[in-house]
Parts: sequence; structure tokens; C-alpha cells
Amino acid sequence: MNWRAIGAIYRFEMTRFFRTIYQSILSPVLSTVLYFVVFGAAIGGRIDTVEGIAYGAFIVPGLVMLSVLQQSISNASFGIYFPKFTGTIFELFSAPVSFFEIVMGFVGAAATKSLFVAVLIIATSFVFVDLHIIHPIWAMVFLILTALSFSLLGFILGIWAKSFEQLNIVPMLVVTPLVFLGGAFYSAAMLPGIWQVVVKFNPVLYLISGFRWAFFDVADVPVTLSLAAITVFLALCLAVIGWIFKTGWRLKS
Amino acid sequence: MAAIISIRDLKKSYDNGFEALKGVSLDIEKGEIIALLGPNGAGKTTLIGAVCGLVTISSGQALVGGFDVAKEPRRARRLIGLVPQELALDLFETVWNSVRFTRGLFGLPRDDSHIENVLKSLSLWDKKDNQCKELSGGMKRRVMIAKALSHNPEVLFLDEPTAGVDVNLRRDMWKVVGDLRNTGVTVILTTHYIEEAEEMADRVAVINKGSILLVEDKTQLMQSFGRKVLTLDLGAPLVTLPESLADYDLTRSEDGKQLSYAYDTREARTGITRLITDLAAEGIHVRDLDSTKSSLEDVFLDLVEEKA
Ligand SMILES: Nc1ncnc2c1ncn2[C@@H]1O[C@H](COP(=O)(O)OP(=O)(O)OP(=O)(O)O)[C@@H](O)[C@H]1O
Ligand SMILES: [Mg+2]
Repeated sequence: MNWRAIGAIYRFEMTRFFRTIYQSILSPVLSTVLYFVVFGAAIGGRIDTVEGIAYGAFIVPGLVMLSVLQQSISNASFGIYFPKFTGTIFELFSAPVSFFEIVMGFVGAAATKSLFVAVLIIATSFVFVDLHIIHPIWAMVFLILTALSFSLLGFILGIWAKSFEQLNIVPMLVVTPLVFLGGAFYSAAMLPGIWQVVVKFNPVLYLISGFRWAFFDVADVPVTLSLAAITVFLALCLAVIGWIFKTGWRLKS
Repeated sequence: MAAIISIRDLKKSYDNGFEALKGVSLDIEKGEIIALLGPNGAGKTTLIGAVCGLVTISSGQALVGGFDVAKEPRRARRLIGLVPQELALDLFETVWNSVRFTRGLFGLPRDDSHIENVLKSLSLWDKKDNQCKELSGGMKRRVMIAKALSHNPEVLFLDEPTAGVDVNLRRDMWKVVGDLRNTGVTVILTTHYIEEAEEMADRVAVINKGSILLVEDKTQLMQSFGRKVLTLDLGAPLVTLPESLADYDLTRSEDGKQLSYAYDTREARTGITRLITDLAAEGIHVRDLDSTKSSLEDVFLDLVEEKA
């Protein structure tokens, strides 16, 4: 294992993050604040509590997940797409670095960045709502697993993408709707009949539910199911990465 | 001496079916400088890519330091520094960080003094804290070279290192390459500037349409293609060539003041003495003589045309 190479990639990626730290942080924090204002204050004025939790607090796990998903995907996809775009990727392939090490460097950095943002958002929400996290360790576990697996997804996306449009389209067309329909701002139990079944096919629901359980001890689906879902998703992404590695898909001619 | 790079019957077909390398074999000795010479699209970059791991090999084999680049890529690549044809840099990163990054990729511990030496030898030291986007094209190319040298490679590939580099800098770069050779580094370079190959290389490999046409010691190559041209400055303009000189391979300049005589140094008799005698017999007065060796460029063009 070429640990120094992993470290070099990780450090290089993190430098880029800190070089643009204000942009990196400002936008997710600002949009979270907006969500608090719109959803927490406006809608929260009408919905008092959901499953016994103040509405403002209830949406925190969903908001954090929304940011973690978006950040992980965009960080990792951009991280690998950029060298592809500028041509600097040649350096990774001509160095004594395995594909696995490349993935570790990029995905590790992307996940770190989104965890950084997640912690910041949680900290921000303490300003707006009265929050008490019941299972902090589990909250951390969910965060890390989610950040990792969606960074992997982002990495795959970055390898697949042939243009900046393609790079942006997946997070916009797929991820954001999944989060909104995944119970970020409501409990699945609040939905009418058939929709309660439909949303169960949304993988993001399991993430948000599990994460919310870690916060408040209430969930849409059993927490073990949430854990299983995220694990399966992680395994799937790893399998795809493994396949790309074997075939050199979209990377080598 | 043992070959540090050994390429055996290497073939490469791209996905679209195009066969860019048609069975290339080449041995490169440790410590030599070899120039790959060939027209656009000859397969030079493809050959380098195949050895460096950027291009998957269709068949055949390439060994670097005895390690098969396909089977033991890690050990083979550790020995290789690559400066690709295209400039590719993270423009927002500083020179220093970019070079340090490459060293890290090769699994080597941080060594600031080594990087300092490399940057100084390439006259980049005062630019070390600049972002790459603030550099000129020639400087960027030198950063690429600095990156390749950051991990002490035993073999250095330079794919058109002096494209877009001005004359002074080009000479600086030749000096850098010369210094590298003195430290035992093997250098493989491609170039379109024949003078560059003439200036720097120990051996020249001519490649065209995916095949190596010839590999030869540079001086031998130039001797074996020993065509020379003798230019005669005449005392008075010559309107027409006299009948008696028709057998010679002579060309008259437009103003009639010069005659050029092409001959081959490899032949037993070059015919110069006889020509001079015949000229004198015709009463043609010769004021001055000049003979030029054909350059590697002529040699190269001859070869490529001959075998096309
Ligand atoms: N990715 C690719 N897919 C298909 N064909 C390719 C690819 N890359 C190169 N080729 C073809 O392979 C041939 C050799 O290309 P290569 O880049 O090795 O030439 P070269 O000798 O380096 O030329 P130049 O002096 O212009 O750099 C060319 O005909 C080129 O069109
Ligand atoms: Mg080329």
C-alpha cells in the first residue's frame, strides 16, 4: 500500500478545499439557514410537532443529510473530473499508485469535506432550535457511512461524466428529489396511503430515517433496516468501483 | 551494458481499430539518450504511453528495469519520470505544491532540499510560490519536468520537451538533459526538431506509421547517410551548362553564379577532382568552394519517404 500517495492525493484535495473555504462553507450554511427560515419558521408555525418533536428540530437531520449527499457527490465527482478535464490525471496513472489508492485519496478527502460541512450545519442549527442528540455515536456512524458511500457514488459519476453538464445533472435531477421525497421535511407516516408504500423504495428515506433515529429515537423504518440499506449501498458502489478498476472504463485507451 | 528498457514486439490497437503500433521492438541502454524521431501520428506518444502505463498494451511486452510494465506496474513505474506532450497542470496550485505532490505520489518521503535543487536547475526557484496559471508556457513545461524529476527517476521520458520553448531556453533544457545523463539517468525524448536530436541524442530511432524503421548511433547514422553538397561560387555567371558537364549531378542557381554538386561520401570516388578539371577545361573560373553535410533532417526525410 502506497500510503504516501494516498496522503499526497488527500492533502492536495484538502488544500483545494481550504483555498476556497468560504465558497465551500458559505453556500451550504446559507441554504441551511434559508431552510430554517422557510420551513422551520413558516411551516413550523402551522405544524407544531411531528411525532412529538418540534418541527424546527425535526427537519435538522434531513437538512444535514441533504447537504452531506450534495456535498459528497459534488466534491468527489469534481475531484476526479477536474484532473480528467485538465489532463493531469495522466500523473495518477503513470505513478506507482493503484486504483484503490486513488479512490481512497479522493473519496477520503471528499468525505472529510462533507463531514466538515455537516458538523458546521449541526452547529448552526443549535442557534435556531433546541436540539438534543440522543445517540451521538450512531449519528456519527450514519454520517460517516453516508459521506463515504455518496463520495464513492460521486467518484463514479466523475469518471462517467464527459462534460460539466453531465456532472451537474445527476445531483440536480436525482439526488435533490430523492432527498425531498425521502422525508427530509416530514415523516413518512404523514403521507396519504399509497405514498407511504412508494417512498419505501427511496433509498434516501432509510438514511434520513436512521439519522433521525440517532437524533430523536423516532424513525420511519427500523434502524437496523437503515443500517442494512446504507451498507448495501456502500457495497454496490464499491463493486462498481472495482469493475471500473478492472476494465479501465472511461479512463484508459 | 544491460538494457534498462526492453520492448518486445509491442502492438497497440486503439478502440476504434486503428493500429498505432505494429510490433515495435527496442532496447534502450542504461544512461543513454535516445531520440524518437518521426512525423506527426507516427506513434511516438503511443509508444511512450504504453511503457508508462497510460495506454493499455494490445500484445507484446515492455520491461523497465527488468519489470514488466503490465504485470508489475508499481515496480516499473517507480523508475519512470514522464513529461507528456500536452501541458497538464493544476493551474491554481503553486509550483512548489505541484512538484511536492508528484513526489508524494511516488511514495517518497518529503525532501525539500531535493525539490529546491530541481527547481533551481530549471530556473524555477523564484517562481516556487506562484500559481501555475501565472507562469508562461515555457515555464509551465519546466514545471512538468520538475515534477518528473521530483522522484529521482532512473528513466526520463520527454515527449517533445522543447515544443513552444524559445531558443535560449531550449539550450538550457539541453543542458539539463546533459546533466541528467551525467548522473546516469536514461533519457528518451521525442522531437520534431532534428537539431535537437543531433545535439543531444546518443542514438536515434526513426519511427513511422507504427513501426521502427531504424535505430542507430547518431554519428554512424549521419555517416551512413553521407550525402554532401558541394557549392561552387563562380567568377562569372554561367548562362547554360556546357555539354561536357551534362553527366554530373549539377544544379545551376537562378542567377547562374553558383553550381551545386551532390555526391556521396561513401563512394570510392566522389568525382570532385574530375569535376574541377572539367570546369577548368571549359574555362569556368571557380572563386570559392563550400561543402555541407546533409543534416539528420534530410536523412530522416529520405528514410520516411523511402519506406513509405
Ligand atoms: N485515443 C486514440 N484513439 C484512436 N487513435 C488514436 C488515439 N491516440 C492516438 N491515436 C492515433 O494513433 C496514431 C499515433 O498517435 P501518436 O500520438 O502516438 O503519434 P505521435 O507520433 O506522438 O505524433 P505527434 O508527433 O503528432 O505527437 C495517430 O494516427 C493517432 O491518430
Ligand atoms: Mg506525440
